[in-house]
Amino acid sequence: MLLAHLPALVIVIPLICAPLCVLLRGKDWAFIVALLATWASFACSVLLTIQVMKVGTISYAMGGWAPPYGIEIRLDALNVFILLIVSGIGSVVAPYARNSLLLEHIEERAYMFYCAYLLCLCGLMGVAVTGDAFNLFVFLEISSLSSYVLIALGSDRRALTAAYQYLVMGTIGATFIVIAVGLLYQATGTLNMADIANRLPEAGYTNRTVIAAFAFMVIGAGLKIAIFPLHQWLPNAYTYAPNIVSAFLAATATKVSVYILLRFVFSVFGVEFSFVSLPTAIPLLVLAVLAMFLPSIVACFQTNVKRVLAYSSVAQIGYMVLGLGFVSVAGLTASILHLFNHALMKGALFLVLGAVFYRIGSCNIDRMAGLAKQMPWTMAAFVGGGLSLIGVPLTAGFISKWYLILAALEKGWWYIVVLIVVSSLIAVVYVFRVIEAAYFRDAPDDLVNVAEAPISLLAPAWILVFANFYFGVETSISVGIAERAAQSLMGAG
Amino acid sequence: MDTQDFIALAMLLPLIGTVMIWMSGPRPNQREVVTVVTAILTFLCVLQVLPPVLAGENPTLIIANILPGLQFAFVVEPLGMMFALIASFLWIVTSFYAIGYMRGHNEPNQTRFYMCFAIAISSAIAVAFSGNMLTLFIAYEVLTLSTYPLVTHNQDEEAKRAGRTYLGILLTSSIGLLLVAILWTWYAAGTLDFTKGGILKGKIDDGLVIVMLFLYMYGIGKAALMPIHRWLPAAMVAPTPVSALLHAVAVVKAGVFTVLKVIIYIFGADFLTETGASVWLMYVAGATVLLASLVALTKDNLKARLAYSTVSQLSYVVLAGALATSFSLVGGAMHIVMHAFGKITLFFCAGAIMVASHKTEISQMRGLGWRMPFTFAAFLLGALSVIGLPPLGGSWSKWYIALGAADAEQLIFIAVLMISSLLNVAYLIPVFARGFFGPRDEERAQIADTHHHDHDHKSADHAAYGSRIVEAPLFCVVPLWVTALGCVALFLYADRLYAMLEPIVK
Repeated sequence: MLLAHLPALVIVIPLICAPLCVLLRGKDWAFIVALLATWASFACSVLLTIQVMKVGTISYAMGGWAPPYGIEIRLDALNVFILLIVSGIGSVVAPYARNSLLLEHIEERAYMFYCAYLLCLCGLMGVAVTGDAFNLFVFLEISSLSSYVLIALGSDRRALTAAYQYLVMGTIGATFIVIAVGLLYQATGTLNMADIANRLPEAGYTNRTVIAAFAFMVIGAGLKIAIFPLHQWLPNAYTYAPNIVSAFLAATATKVSVYILLRFVFSVFGVEFSFVSLPTAIPLLVLAVLAMFLPSIVACFQTNVKRVLAYSSVAQIGYMVLGLGFVSVAGLTASILHLFNHALMKGALFLVLGAVFYRIGSCNIDRMAGLAKQMPWTMAAFVGGGLSLIGVPLTAGFISKWYLILAALEKGWWYIVVLIVVSSLIAVVYVFRVIEAAYFRDAPDDLVNVAEAPISLLAPAWILVFANFYFGVETSISVGIAERAAQSLMGAG
Repeated sequence: MDTQDFIALAMLLPLIGTVMIWMSGPRPNQREVVTVVTAILTFLCVLQVLPPVLAGENPTLIIANILPGLQFAFVVEPLGMMFALIASFLWIVTSFYAIGYMRGHNEPNQTRFYMCFAIAISSAIAVAFSGNMLTLFIAYEVLTLSTYPLVTHNQDEEAKRAGRTYLGILLTSSIGLLLVAILWTWYAAGTLDFTKGGILKGKIDDGLVIVMLFLYMYGIGKAALMPIHRWLPAAMVAPTPVSALLHAVAVVKAGVFTVLKVIIYIFGADFLTETGASVWLMYVAGATVLLASLVALTKDNLKARLAYSTVSQLSYVVLAGALATSFSLVGGAMHIVMHAFGKITLFFCAGAIMVASHKTEISQMRGLGWRMPFTFAAFLLGALSVIGLPPLGGSWSKWYIALGAADAEQLIFIAVLMISSLLNVAYLIPVFARGFFGPRDEERAQIADTHHHDHDHKSADHAAYGSRIVEAPLFCVVPLWVTALGCVALFLYADRLYAMLEPIVK
């Protein structure tokens, strides 16, 4: 009985628990509720994944109203993969919250944090499960509004401007998406995504309304994804947010936005419309390549390591968009795989920086000099995550690049292969700068007696580092799901 | 235990040793006993794999399936067996030597030194045993990364600059070219397993073979083909045991070993000769042989001279690979062993001189041979082997490579080999000669001084000064004699080595 309602439960649990956190107030109670809610969602996601891999697409009618009139929850391989990423990262990050928050002087408002965090989780997962275009916008706004709050919680006052900047850009993005949904409704008379996809050919590929909807959707999603050059909000937001929020958002929020783009471009509009009748692929490829290079180069010159990682995120998004721009099963597999792998590596790295910040109160590269002697486990975790970010074999990052390069070879695009490889070399530079500082320089005088980070911060970071290596060696799960998702996306077109 | 377990142990033991070295960091004696014991056990494990390989088997150890059809796996064949044997054997010798050198030189951070050393050896053995190109690539990269802290050991500006050159060239070439070549191979052939006769034949366009070969040869930066050889002289800022074992044996030999592996098991020697894709490589390797020798002539710093000599000698192996005849391939493989013993002896000597007399420049070594006769005598043996004169091992490998050149009807490369030998004489023998001919500079001053003040005691003083032997610690001198005698032994037992390696071309 309960199992049948899993698709709804996965979002209902955090939604109900969010106000519960505020009502309970006590920071321990709020923490426990948030932790249990996240873990429960993760358990639901795992069960749903198993179900989907077994029986294929699941459709669930909210409140018993049959689609396309009622709201439908529709889960295929891509949806559950995103669910797994979001709830999985949430489950690892949540236990970290207790300690990380203490330091950033928001202890007395901790319950607000947990509430906003659960709402954000609910919003992100809602986007991933819903089969309704307008519903998707609503969930996206839930996640966006709560993430503005989360970022503004940062201890640095600049977090407020960063949050405001994100608020403005994010709202423009969301507005574009809702305009696109409106136009689609006008053209097809339905909001159910599968239904829109069925009726679009009737409306015609030359229909101006549909073309406008497509443009609004791609730009709107692009803003939320931070596709270069729409990424201006991202570096500040990730840098000044509390460390745990950086880790959570970097690993999940942009991923969900990429999902929106994939879902609309491939499933709703369809390959025929998006790539054959409109020249979408070339601009995406060009932007992707620029994203792989320019932000990477900028990252090499940053002194704040969180900023390095933030710019690196913009670059990594380039890889995802690149795979999407190939418009092939191989390219999409690489893209979807990288969603997952990038969540693992960036999550790990931001958690490591949280541990660093906890001890030395800064993420400045000069302050981190010589840190490997005092915090060997923390810095070893950074090396692990960094290797994955570069794409060294035996790590998850390598698997994504491997598939991406194979996809490029399949198209016969040599220069793209070269560009991917060269851009990885830039990653070597910015990762190595940090490693060199931590391992081969002497610590500043006032930071000689720093202790290792507490286990509650180290354990989550190491779980993700371990995951980076596990999914670099044992790829049947991640590649298996990604391949099925890619096939269904291409097949739908 | 069966062979598989020994393969795993040979790579695991140094890693376990690393942890134990770390734990015994504050107790130097314990730490160094751990190093030596680990080295000996590792060698014994590698030795256990030898009988099945000699019997013609290919012991296999599969760790994981990374992607469908692509495994993280180790397969031992004669070439890899040989490389693992020399790396693990010379590690024992070097461990003893390092004790003498590091203590004699009062080096800091010795624990980190021994730890990284053990990791480097583990990855060198992993390179040797790799069953496919991806596994080899991984081990190759670990080798690069684990030797970086050794290169920057001194932690001063010079060491850091050298470290950047080192990592910069090795990582850029391996990720930028080698990895692309590997991916291309995987895409074209659908496998990366080392297979007799190669996997590329008929899978790629004949015209593209040259491009592929270029990607591989310049991707393997450790083979130090000009013009990407700069990292090797830069790495000489490291303590001498590192230069000796890693930058004369493990790291550089991992490079040329990979070159041979790629030519024999990825391209296939026949495929290369049919397409003529490797002719350019012969000329590049030949040019590197001569140019690096010429540069070596100009270097006054002994380690720098030896480094350029290594660059030149590595290209012998690349040349042998490019010729791709059965004589030259076996000769190239033998040269890995022969040069390893010869060059490690020379580096040991250079380090011993540094420890005993703090001299690094050849011009300062006048008359030093009278004070360090054992070291200089060993230097002569090592030098003769590198030059390629009987009765030392180096003569055989040159012989076979020259035979290979004749076989391939590329007679010009016989001339290259001969000229190179002459150049070797020109830059190695003066070091030895300077040690014995002419009194030391200080001694001459001393003589003049004595003559001036005390006429009568002149001859007595001279005798006392000239015969006073101030050798390096025993821990330095014994290892360098072990490897010097190894050069002689290799001359006498070269037939066994040849028999072991023959299957790679059959």
